[in-house]
Amino acid sequence: MKDLLLKYDDKLVRSGMAEPGSILLGGLDDSVTWNRIDPLCPGLEEVLAGLSVNSILFARPAEPYFSMISLLAGEGAGMIRPSDCETRTFLHDIPVASGMVAPELIHSLRRRKSVVVPGRGVVTWGTVSPEQAFITFSSVCFACFVKFFSDCLEAARGRGLALRQRETLALATSLLDDLPAGPQGLAQGPFTTEAEVRNAMAEAGLRTVELRLVDSFFGNISYLLDGILYISQTTSSLDELAGAIDACPLDGSACTGITASSEYSAHVGILRGMDRGGVLHGHPRFSVIMSMLCGREGCSGRGSCHIRCPVERLVEGIPVVPGEVGTGPYGLCNSLPRAMEGGDAAMVYGHGVFARAGGDFRGALGTMLDAERACRTACLDLLGSSPSGGSGSRG
Amino acid sequence: MPARDSMILRVDLTAGSFEHRTLEQCAVDRWIGGRGLAGAFLYPRCTLSWDSPDMPLILMAGPLAGTSAPTSGRMCIMSRSPLTGTVGDCSVGGALAFQLRRAGLLGIVFTGRSRSACGLEIEDGSVRLEDASGLAGRDTRELRGLLSGRGSVAVTGPAAENGVLYASVMVDDCHAAGRNGIGLAFAAKNLKYVCIRGSGKVPVRDPARLSGACEQIRRLMAASPVIMGEFGLRSMGTGALYDLMHARGMMPTANFRRTRFEPAPGMNAPALKRLYSTRRTGCAGCGILCRKVGAGGVHIPEFETMSHFSALLENDDTACVVKANDICNRLGMDTISAGSTLACHAEIIGRRLPAAEILALLEDIGRGRGGGLELGSRRYAAGMGRPWASISVKGLELPAYDPRGAYGMALAYATSTRGGCHLRAYPISHEILRRPVATDRLSFSGKARIIKIAEDANAAIDSISACKFSFFGATLEEYAEAVSAVGGIEVSAQDLISAGERIYFRERLMNQANGFGAGDDDLPARFFREAGTSTAWMETPPLPREGFVEALRRYYVIRGIDECGLALPSKCIELGIDAQAEAADRL
Repeated sequence: MKDLLLKYDDKLVRSGMAEPGSILLGGLDDSVTWNRIDPLCPGLEEVLAGLSVNSILFARPAEPYFSMISLLAGEGAGMIRPSDCETRTFLHDIPVASGMVAPELIHSLRRRKSVVVPGRGVVTWGTVSPEQAFITFSSVCFACFVKFFSDCLEAARGRGLALRQRETLALATSLLDDLPAGPQGLAQGPFTTEAEVRNAMAEAGLRTVELRLVDSFFGNISYLLDGILYISQTTSSLDELAGAIDACPLDGSACTGITASSEYSAHVGILRGMDRGGVLHGHPRFSVIMSMLCGREGCSGRGSCHIRCPVERLVEGIPVVPGEVGTGPYGLCNSLPRAMEGGDAAMVYGHGVFARAGGDFRGALGTMLDAERACRTACLDLLGSSPSGGSGSRG
Repeated sequence: MPARDSMILRVDLTAGSFEHRTLEQCAVDRWIGGRGLAGAFLYPRCTLSWDSPDMPLILMAGPLAGTSAPTSGRMCIMSRSPLTGTVGDCSVGGALAFQLRRAGLLGIVFTGRSRSACGLEIEDGSVRLEDASGLAGRDTRELRGLLSGRGSVAVTGPAAENGVLYASVMVDDCHAAGRNGIGLAFAAKNLKYVCIRGSGKVPVRDPARLSGACEQIRRLMAASPVIMGEFGLRSMGTGALYDLMHARGMMPTANFRRTRFEPAPGMNAPALKRLYSTRRTGCAGCGILCRKVGAGGVHIPEFETMSHFSALLENDDTACVVKANDICNRLGMDTISAGSTLACHAEIIGRRLPAAEILALLEDIGRGRGGGLELGSRRYAAGMGRPWASISVKGLELPAYDPRGAYGMALAYATSTRGGCHLRAYPISHEILRRPVATDRLSFSGKARIIKIAEDANAAIDSISACKFSFFGATLEEYAEAVSAVGGIEVSAQDLISAGERIYFRERLMNQANGFGAGDDDLPARFFREAGTSTAWMETPPLPREGFVEALRRYYVIRGIDECGLALPSKCIELGIDAQAEAADRL
């Protein structure tokens, strides 16, 4: 258990979501194990006792997340309601507590996976692994980042940004790192053996995470070779793909792909007609933000943009389509492949970017970087906050 | 909760009388419905013999049944298990729960014993007992035909009439209440069938809120590759798991002496789909439709049945697997216990059973010519002087997940309150299917707490009567929203799990009252002594005994029971179970 706690402590730091030493992760079997001892542990153990869970996470998000979450927590009457795909599907909403008080935290966490404590941090839990607590924490940071910028864009079009929004925006902008001009060091394809494919996928997945083009380390990746689609498994982390790639024969002769990514069908659709190639899917934040920005006044589809859109939209030249995760009637597997018939990339509303790879993943990762760079520039231009440099993020 | 939500029909089969009784609100609040509420009726009489006229037989729906909540059409059937002596319950699909709720009832409690075979027929407010003595010997498929037009139908087959200890109840033709010999509990009351037809509407306090919850649940189900993916349950049925179990070296083969079956890839779900031109079917109100029916109406076996009638028996004849499933369903026998008992028999006689012999033996068992095989593997193996050949826990044969490949599953088999059952905690969800996230399947680290939480959550799921398959996508968070919307009482996910803990603990108390203790929370010695089938790329060593024992010790601490496996008085008080025992008598 201790190993798992330290692993996710480290991941939170490496992903830039929390500062070293600010994270408390507790794992519960017949007794509680902590990643480190802290005066807050007894209070969090009280919270643990009020829940039927096996792990708990409390951390102060790193900047600019902390300022963004603090701002949003003060606006929503006890609730933050982002509208990105991650929130709609998994979080639903993010409760806000009035303080670090166990009964109040318990009350919120009996209903939802996370609670924000203004001025302190975010508490999350897991039932089978601290990984769930880590994922939820990451999702809260991501969702709040997207909502903050979406709110700013909305305000900029109307009454203008409030003072705290401007201050937080300035902080966020100052913390943006440069994005590299293109993917460096990825293996050159086309790949001809299963081993080459698996290595290339693991390498590209890791690089995607290092570039912070996904939240929760999720996203998915695939490569088609000789009638077999190699695809990352559901809930796998893109930086830990060794042993987490399913080989799915496209002739439907085996069901071993039951653990494949939720987006298996979309990947198959995107690659239809190709002999070799792959798909890389990430959640670059500014791409997600810009995919949700639509200026159509009085649109009849307002409120259901995630499942249907009456117009064909482009963001920075990339098509944006509606679609939900998976294969339901509104599943993005229905909308995405068609959108990518004319190009190598498409965005799904509020969700992320899908990029087609040719013989290897250099082009796909480059496409995703380009999309994110363009979206970031466009977003900051609209907010009048273009930094002097490029637009990466260490936030 | 208004009367229509909590009306119970009590049927005294000795007197041939009925009584409608509205449950007290506190009972519904504490025990939810389904498995929880059924247990409240069983608890005061749990030490009676399974065939005592006073032993209740309970059919109980949950609060969501009959509403638009996804996969909420499950029904709990409970009594004391004739096979194991433990709590005996099954969650069964079809339209039984749906029709029951539409007829204005939440549950039916049978006591007594009819002088001759009878059937209960319910049509909205009308209830009557019909003579069924002329139906003796008919198989379940024939009965379904004879009773068509009378709504949802639950029937027993010849196996129950002939005393097979693992007799099942078949609902709406292809849905089995298979485990624990619940069909024999019907036969003990001379109850041959139950038909229910209802036309009312199940009240929903907040339809808009329910609609929102349903949307969230459906979204998560659609996002789950296990449920809705191209290789998932909707497309391939539960047989989708067959390839995965083989690939992970977890396919019980030759009565659990090996864990890989070389012909498996040619006998998988895609092969069945191709060979039998299958189509989807399923329970009332379900969007998954995981059941598969072939051309001509042939029932396509589910995963456990596929695996046990192939690998466990070393049988590479796919047609035999399908036929074996058909025989079991027609005669009304649990396929898992039947397959496992035959595998035990094969090991004892020291030879593989040919396909024709498998089919002939199944027919013999169901028709009363079992030669001891009708008693299940534990009694049969003991009678043959080879008790170790029964691969069972508390007398219930293990399903098709070899515990040497999933240590959480090992612990869950041992602690299950109904014996060797995969569904009480279903750690396969995270150990194999990566839901909600993957855990290390070859480690006991943290598994004691994980299993306890899952047992409690699944007890709650069985009590709201939702299908566990939904939870490969959705969570109790979304279902709590649905329960709140239907009942008008605010319920959180953790509230449901708390109720689940109470329900599970009470089941342990019932087993304890019947003499079960720590010695019964164990696995067959084979798993600790013999390795599974290793390959060049994957080792399958024996289960580490020390790790298992330590995980079990931790589980006891977490569950609130002592080292003898007996309930701590302090935990009983904390959960308020003793007080409930008295209240239960008044239900």
